[in-house]
Amino acid sequence: MTRRKMFMRMITASLVRRRSRMVVALLAIAVGATILSGLVTIYYDIPRQMGAQFRNYGANMIFLALGSEADFNMDSVNEAVSHIDSSNLLGVTPFRYETVRIHEQPVVAAGTDMKSAQVTSPYWHIEGQWPDSDKEVLVGKKMAELLGLKEGDSFNVPFVVQEDPDSVLNLGIDMKVSGILDTGGSEEDYVYMHMADLEELAGATERLDVAELSVSAAQDELKAYAETISEKVDGVSASLVKRVTQSESTVLKKLQALVFIVTVVVLILTMICVANTMTAVVAERRKEIGLRKALGASDKGIIWEFMGEGLLLGGIGGLIGSFFGFAFAQFVSIHVFGSSITFQPLLLPVTIIVSIVVTGLACLMPVRNAMDIDPALVLKGE
Amino acid sequence: MSLLELKNISKIYGNLKALDDINLKVEKGEWVAIMGPSGSGKSTLMNIIGCMDKPSVGEVFLDGKDISKESARSLTEIRRDKIGLIFQQFHLINYLTAVENVMVAQYYHSMPDEEEALEALKRVGLGDRAKHLPSQLSGGEQQRVCIARALINHPEVILADEPTGNLDETNENIVLDIFRQLHEEGATLIVVTHDPEVGEVAERTVILEHGRIKSDKQNEDFGKQI
Ligand SMILES: Nc1ncnc2c1ncn2[C@@H]1O[C@H](COP(=O)(O)OP(=O)(O)O)[C@@H](O)[C@H]1O
Ligand SMILES: [Mg+2]
Repeated sequence: MTRRKMFMRMITASLVRRRSRMVVALLAIAVGATILSGLVTIYYDIPRQMGAQFRNYGANMIFLALGSEADFNMDSVNEAVSHIDSSNLLGVTPFRYETVRIHEQPVVAAGTDMKSAQVTSPYWHIEGQWPDSDKEVLVGKKMAELLGLKEGDSFNVPFVVQEDPDSVLNLGIDMKVSGILDTGGSEEDYVYMHMADLEELAGATERLDVAELSVSAAQDELKAYAETISEKVDGVSASLVKRVTQSESTVLKKLQALVFIVTVVVLILTMICVANTMTAVVAERRKEIGLRKALGASDKGIIWEFMGEGLLLGGIGGLIGSFFGFAFAQFVSIHVFGSSITFQPLLLPVTIIVSIVVTGLACLMPVRNAMDIDPALVLKGE
Repeated sequence: MSLLELKNISKIYGNLKALDDINLKVEKGEWVAIMGPSGSGKSTLMNIIGCMDKPSVGEVFLDGKDISKESARSLTEIRRDKIGLIFQQFHLINYLTAVENVMVAQYYHSMPDEEEALEALKRVGLGDRAKHLPSQLSGGEQQRVCIARALINHPEVILADEPTGNLDETNENIVLDIFRQLHEEGATLIVVTHDPEVGEVAERTVILEHGRIKSDKQNEDFGKQI
C-alpha cells in the first residue's frame, strides 16, 4: 500500500466513522455552497428574467424617419432590424398615422400590425378583443366616448384618397369595433386598424411614421444597437425609450448588488461555521494529534491530514451544494419570476472550487493551532 | 557502548527540579522497570528517553549519538526510527480499525504494509480482531494493539508508561507474557510502573524519588519465575 492510499484511507475513515461531528461541518459547507451557487445562478439570470419582466412595460426602442419621411418604410425598418441580434428581438411594430373621418369627425387612425402590437405593448388593456379579421379596429377609450362607439358597433370610414376623384359617391370601408383600448395614455385618442385597411383608406404609399421595438437587452447593448442603426441605415433614426431603459438598469443594478452582498455574507458565515467546527475538531483530537506526533508525524504531515479532511469535506459539500443550489435557484425563479432557468455546467466546478478554498481558509487557523500540541501529551495521565 | 546513556540529566521547571542529576545506562536487550511514587519524575524521564522532551542540563546518548541538543524536528525523526511507545491510555485512534492503527505507525515511519501489520496483530493474539474499531475491543485487547503498533517498526527501545495501569489481572499477565517473549527475542524494554508485580518481573529495577535515583538493582529472581 502506498502512503497516498493510507492517507486517503485515514482521512476518509475520519469523515465516515466520525459522522456526527463531520455532518455539522458538511451541512454548513453544503448550505453555504447551495446558497452560493443558487444566488450566482440567479445573479446571472436576473437581467434575462427581469428583461422579460420589463418588456411588459412596453417598447424600449423606437425608429423614426430621419430626413425625408417618404424614405421611411417597412423596407428601411427591416434593414434596421437586421442589425439587432434576432434572439434579442421580441417584436417590431410599425405605425402609420392618418387623419380619417368617422361620424363626420376628424379622427387620427393608426395603421399597425396587431400581432406585434400585442408583443410590444403588452400593457394595453382591451375591453373586448384584439382585432382578428380585416376591417376590425380598436378604438381608444376617449375616442369611443366622443364618437359614441362601443364594442361590436359597426361604422363607415370614407376613403381619404379616392381612387376615382370624379366619383360623387365615396363609399369608404365599413369597419367593426372589436375592442375598446384602455391605457390611461395618449393611445386612447386613436383608432387602431390593420395596416392594410389604412393603406386602402389613405393610399398604399407604404410610408411609416414610427416603429416601436421591444428588445431584450441591457441599456448599454441597446445604446450600441441604436447607434449602429442610426449610422448605417439611411433615413432611420433609432433612439431608446429612456423612461423605460433607465429605470430598468437602475433596478437591475440594485438587485444585483443586493444578491452580491447576500452571497458574500453567506460565504463569510459559512467560513465562520466551518472554522468553528474545525476548531472544535482539533480541540477534540488533541490527544490524537499528540499521538501522531509521538509516532513520528511531522508538523507538515499533521497539517496535510487535517487540511485533507477539510478539503475533502469542502469538495463533497460543494458538490452537494451545486445541485441543491440549482434546485434553489429554480425554485426562486419559478416562484418569483415565473420562468425556469437552465443549469450552468460551469457553475459546478466553480462552486466546488470556491467551497474547497473557503473551507481551506477556514481550516487554516484551527490547523495551525494543532502545531502547538506537544507529543509528550500522550504520556500525561488524567 | 550502552544503547542508552543519560549523563547528569536535570529537568528544571521554575524552581522545581523534576529530575535532579540522573545518571543511567541501559544496555541493548535489557528489561528495566522504572518505579517511584507519583511526582517522582518518571514521566519526565520517559519523555526525555522517548525524544519528546529535552533535559535542561546533561546529555542523552542513544545509540552513541548525543540527542540532547537536537531540534524538535530531528527528535521527531529519531523517535520515529528508534522508539516504540506503549501508553497507559492505549491512545488508539478511535475511527481506525486495529490493523489501521498499526499501519499509522508504518505510515509515519516508511510504508504502510497491511500484511505485516496483520502479522504483528497475530503475534499479540489479535489476528481475528484486526478489523475491529477500538470501541469494539476490550482494554486488554486495545493495549495489545498498542503493543503491536509499538513493535511494528522494529524500534531500538520499547518504552512503556504504566502499560498495565488500566488492565485487570488477566490482561496484565497477557501483557507481561508478551514482554517476556520480547525480552527473549532481544528487545530492549523500559517500563515505567508503580505496580510492584510489574516491577518484579523485570530484569532490573530503578527507583526514583524526588527526581533522583534512589536505588538501581538487578532483580535476583529474574528468570526464575515463569
Ligand atoms: N510541564 C511541567 N511544568 C511544570 N512542572 C511539571 C511539568 N511536568 C511535570 N512537572 C512536575 O515535575 C514533577 C515530576 O512529574 P512527573 O515526571 O510527571 O512525575 P511522575 O510521572 O513520576 O508522576 C512533578 O512535581 C510535576 O508536577
Ligand atoms: Mg507520570
